[in-house]
Amino acid sequence: MIPANFDYHTPKTVAEAIGLLAEHGEDCKVLAGGHSLIPAMKLRLTQIPVLVDIGRISDLSHIKVDGSTIRIGAMTTHGAIAASADIKQHCPLLAECGAQVGDQQVRNRGTFGGSLVHADPAADWPAAALALNAELVLQSASGERVVKASDFFVDMLTTDVQPGELLTEIRIPVPAQPMASAYLKVPQAASGFAIVGVAVQLEMDGSTCKAVGIGITGLAPKAYRATAVEAALAGTTLDDATLSAAAAKADADASDAMGDIHASEDYRRHLTRVYAKRAVQTAAGRV
Amino acid sequence: MKINVTINGQAHEADVEPRLLLVHLIRDVVGLTGTHVGCETSICGACTVHLNGRAVKSCTVLAVQANGAEVTTIEGLANNGQLHAVQEGFWECHGLQCGYCTPGMIMASCALLKDNPNPSEGEIRHGLEGNLCRCTGYQNIVESVKYAANKLQGA
Amino acid sequence: MSFLAKYMGQRVKRTEDPRLIQGIGHYVDDIKLADTLHVVILRSQYAHARINSIDTSAAKAAPGVVAVYTGEDVAGKVGNVPCAGALPGLKVPKMPVLAQGKVFFVGHPVAAVVATDKYKARDAADLIEVDYDPLDVVSDGEAAAKPDSPVIHEDLGDNIAFQHSAGSGDVDAAFAAADRIVTQRLNHQRLAPISIEPRGVLAQYFRGEEQLNLWSSTQIPHLLRTQVAIMLGMAENKLRVITPEVGGGFGCKLNVYAEEALLGWIAMKVGKPVKWIEGRRENLQCTIHGRSQVGTVEVAVKNDGTLLGLKYNVTADLGAYHQLLTPAIPTLTGLMLAGCYKIPAIQMNCTGVFTNKMATDAYRGAGRPEATYLVERIMDRVAQELNMDPIELRQKNFIQANEFPYTTACGVTYDSGDYEAALAKAMELVDYKKLREEQSAARAAGRVMGIGVSTYVEICGMGPSGAMPAGGWESATVRVEPTGKVTVLTGISPHGQGEETSFAQIVGDMLGIDMNDVLVIHGDTSIVQYGIGTFGSRGLAVGGAALVCATEKVVKKAKALAAHLLGTGADSLSFENGKFVGAPDDRTLTIQEVALAAHTAASIPEDFEPGLSAQHFFEPKNFTYPSGTHICVVELDKDTGDIDIKRYVAVDDCGNQINPLIVQGQVHGGIAQGLAQALYEEVVYDENGQLITGELMDYAVPKAFQVPHYELDHAVTPTPVNPLGAKGVGEAGTIGSTPSIANAVLDALAPFGVQHIDLPLRPEKLWRAMNS
Ligand SMILES: Cc1cc2nc3c(=O)[nH]c(=O)nc-3n(C[C@H](O)[C@H](O)[C@H](O)COP(=O)(O)OP(=O)(O)OC[C@H]3O[C@@H](n4cnc5c(N)ncnc54)[C@H](O)[C@@H]3O)c2cc1C
Ligand code: FES
Ligand code: FES
Repeated sequence: MIPANFDYHTPKTVAEAIGLLAEHGEDCKVLAGGHSLIPAMKLRLTQIPVLVDIGRISDLSHIKVDGSTIRIGAMTTHGAIAASADIKQHCPLLAECGAQVGDQQVRNRGTFGGSLVHADPAADWPAAALALNAELVLQSASGERVVKASDFFVDMLTTDVQPGELLTEIRIPVPAQPMASAYLKVPQAASGFAIVGVAVQLEMDGSTCKAVGIGITGLAPKAYRATAVEAALAGTTLDDATLSAAAAKADADASDAMGDIHASEDYRRHLTRVYAKRAVQTAAGRV
Repeated sequence: MKINVTINGQAHEADVEPRLLLVHLIRDVVGLTGTHVGCETSICGACTVHLNGRAVKSCTVLAVQANGAEVTTIEGLANNGQLHAVQEGFWECHGLQCGYCTPGMIMASCALLKDNPNPSEGEIRHGLEGNLCRCTGYQNIVESVKYAANKLQGA
Repeated sequence: MSFLAKYMGQRVKRTEDPRLIQGIGHYVDDIKLADTLHVVILRSQYAHARINSIDTSAAKAAPGVVAVYTGEDVAGKVGNVPCAGALPGLKVPKMPVLAQGKVFFVGHPVAAVVATDKYKARDAADLIEVDYDPLDVVSDGEAAAKPDSPVIHEDLGDNIAFQHSAGSGDVDAAFAAADRIVTQRLNHQRLAPISIEPRGVLAQYFRGEEQLNLWSSTQIPHLLRTQVAIMLGMAENKLRVITPEVGGGFGCKLNVYAEEALLGWIAMKVGKPVKWIEGRRENLQCTIHGRSQVGTVEVAVKNDGTLLGLKYNVTADLGAYHQLLTPAIPTLTGLMLAGCYKIPAIQMNCTGVFTNKMATDAYRGAGRPEATYLVERIMDRVAQELNMDPIELRQKNFIQANEFPYTTACGVTYDSGDYEAALAKAMELVDYKKLREEQSAARAAGRVMGIGVSTYVEICGMGPSGAMPAGGWESATVRVEPTGKVTVLTGISPHGQGEETSFAQIVGDMLGIDMNDVLVIHGDTSIVQYGIGTFGSRGLAVGGAALVCATEKVVKKAKALAAHLLGTGADSLSFENGKFVGAPDDRTLTIQEVALAAHTAASIPEDFEPGLSAQHFFEPKNFTYPSGTHICVVELDKDTGDIDIKRYVAVDDCGNQINPLIVQGQVHGGIAQGLAQALYEEVVYDENGQLITGELMDYAVPKAFQVPHYELDHAVTPTPVNPLGAKGVGEAGTIGSTPSIANAVLDALAPFGVQHIDLPLRPEKLWRAMNS
């Protein structure tokens, strides 16, 4: 229940934060919403000498629709995204996903950026970020780089973020034409995290599926893009037989399958296929 | 580190270790013990308070993160001895037994009603997913929240 | 005496609530004493290991640390954790309050750090170095009983703590005469009680007065006082146990824990108040668990469904030590194997074994849920085999309403009941006939629907002292103060059951006064006369009965004085709605007036003791046996195994209800816990004795959206066992619900040829059953 001691900094600007990260190197971690970090520190699963709290940097918490891009500050909370009228209008997948992260208290503190960097294999946001082709903006003392969601997740709890880097913004392309989407999740009975979560962003051309983005979390040590399913669906009318055949490949892109007392590897793979189909059907039903 | 936190309308200045949890600031430093602790993994919600008007689990917020913020705890909910509609609902509808989850449950219910003044039964049940109660089986908690929703809407 | 039932039987709002809904009640951790030191306990991470050495030097030198204690320090100073269960040949391992030489389960207390605040104590605990030699782990109960198993307590020879048999009747003849024998192996998984308030202890010692005050989150203040006094070698009346608000118990605080004595001892050593508040991880590791039986039930039946006999061979996985009632719990199972049915021959053979896990003990229902689950499950199996409707099978074998009192082959005598009545009501509520039709239609349409019934009876209102390890009576004092306010001292120790309200209702009605003038005090051994406590659904049935008797004594005494004051004989007076009436001159006296006169004592009869109070110790002649019917309707998702509970109907019979609002709350909460056993909860240890469900992130206590809406109704057959006619209701919901849900799910799976699946019925298991 009680974390070990640490030094604590509250930078007011991104530049200041980056400076602190550079200064303290491996010894330090960013504190965003704290809803992954603080529980781990309380159980002393992790002890961090220096925390850089980015919660007081005002320009990290924003939702802006800029022409063809939605720009979301890394410190924007799950709840703020789920409740945002702009998000509901331009990217309902994010709103639907955000509303399913944790509970209302968690959503009021936990952040979009924090969840992505933490890369919990059962987190919801990575699935949506992958389905949406999100781009992540990383800043450090040596400048800025932009990483595609599909390159961002490296392994369980591991991303492409390098020591000294701060995730400042997530950019989501706003589709030229209306999209239909869905996020479906099987929550673990105790924790509420995803046993499986499937995010689908669907672009239809009449009754034909023009393009589809599918991100899947929960099954593998890292969230992944279900490219095999996407390929099998593109250009089809999403008839039941096609859907079933495509969804059968939902676990094909998984690096591995996880299993625990809540759901074995087999069952997770199975659920992934079932929910891939259901999520595409749900999205299609919303066209 | 010196911090200023306004709790139930009263300003408190404290010199705290950065690791001090907000719930311990509230309970041990300020001495308001209505906010409870029931777990260490942020699941039970017994520690729920309002931080700048939003429900949070105070066991998962550092006191230093609340520097400059307004906190409302269960003790600050009643107004001049007048129970809040949610408190009244819990009393009327037998929404509590041992009472340990109750402060957190009430604070979460208030926040729920703020976002959704007229929730369905399903919305109440899902809206309280961040709070565990072991005694009531939840049904009377749901009734309590409905009671409060009616009362608040009528008012 | 006659009175208007102004309060009794009404849905009276609870008097406890105003302080609780405002967060101004006091649980143990809310009590702040100046200069309190905080204790953090270092616990074993191994399930079984030898301790070679413990180095506390760094911890002792850490900032704020006042002391660090290990097993060596307490050896010979603090007695062992007690076990009150007594069975012939029972092996009782010695359980010191801190491990000595070996650790036997994950969470076993190894050292206690005392520091000026809990943060510093926690930091110092990390600095203690313990050198362990891991030993072979006994993780499976059945394997533990085998001769080749590693032995946990070497001085005891093997891991078998006891062998217990129960039942009567000629079982062999019954099985020989049977048309069919139906057999089922069943697992009653280990559960964690999870009161939302974990345990906590605060101890303060007054050196001059030699008095130790111990605040503890317990269900049994007086029994705790006696036991801790023995452990500490001190006079019992110098130990004051106070239970402030208690945030739930469910049996887990019906115990005497190492920390309770340890904190008392530390308070005496360091001369300052000391506090220990259990964390949730500790709570899952080292607060008692429940259930954990695995066994095989066999029944002998005639082809027409008549039950002839039942056998149950079971292994109870007790964990590493006995806590207070560990060995007694499986014996309760043995008392209730007849269920609601006439089964002439019953035999239970139970082997209790030690394993490298936390002890099991009383968890809501304590032994009876096991009995009801196995009986109700096997009833459905029998119905399946005989192709009979499960309700018809039950009705055929029911003990009939006119057959009470009824002595079963388990040797207990059911007080009263009308099983048909509750069943009929429940069937009507769900429209059972129509449901079965819907089910046929659903099945034809490829949907997976199930209907589960459980008709239960349980044993509670614990209980006659002869059948209890430490007395089964209960006490009450009723004192009418000079101003007419009434103080009740009760020996029970409610922690959510609402007796501050229901007892005030009783006294308010019996004395004809405003119930708000009644103050109910409990949970302070220096104020309240000895009592047994709150568990086994006994608060109202036994404690309330004591209260009724004490109140009657008060009235009787008041009447003597009233007669004197009114110048008449007591026989000519009657007490009606708070007034003594019937004086020849029509003068009347209120109870308040008499109370004042009793205290001023200016004019009292010669043999009249001044004051107006009375005490009663109520010894129940029998247990009470609440019963009822639960019906659950489910639909399963064939592709995922998800369960959708469509209906949940419960008709319970707890006899007379003093406060139906409170009864309803008890039933709701009970159903939720029974449902949790059926669907979600399981304490899982791996083969190394590591606790996999060590936090609420993995141990699935249900949330609001994970339980259904319950539809309740009641049948009422009062018990003759106590003057209130009330049976206990604290555990009935838990006992009745688990089998109805399990039966519903298995009924749904019947078309797939599935006979049984062990609990919890996680979706994965159901999916496999439907798709293999
Ligand atoms: C009870 C509970 C239930 C939950 N349920 C769910 C759920 O259902 N689904 C789900 O997806 N999640 C769930 N979560 C996790 C929650 O969403 C977290 O908020 C999220 O995973 C982390 O975000 P955070 O802002 O709290 O990050 P923090 O905990 O502050 O940080 C997490 C990690 O990311 C790093 N980091 C954070 N922000 C940045 C940044 N901008 N740049 C660089 N590094 C950064 C930190 O250094 C740290 O290593 C739950 C959490 C709790 C406590
Ligand atoms: S104590 Fe904060 S969620 Fe349990
Ligand atoms: S009332 Fe006891 S935990 Fe909710």
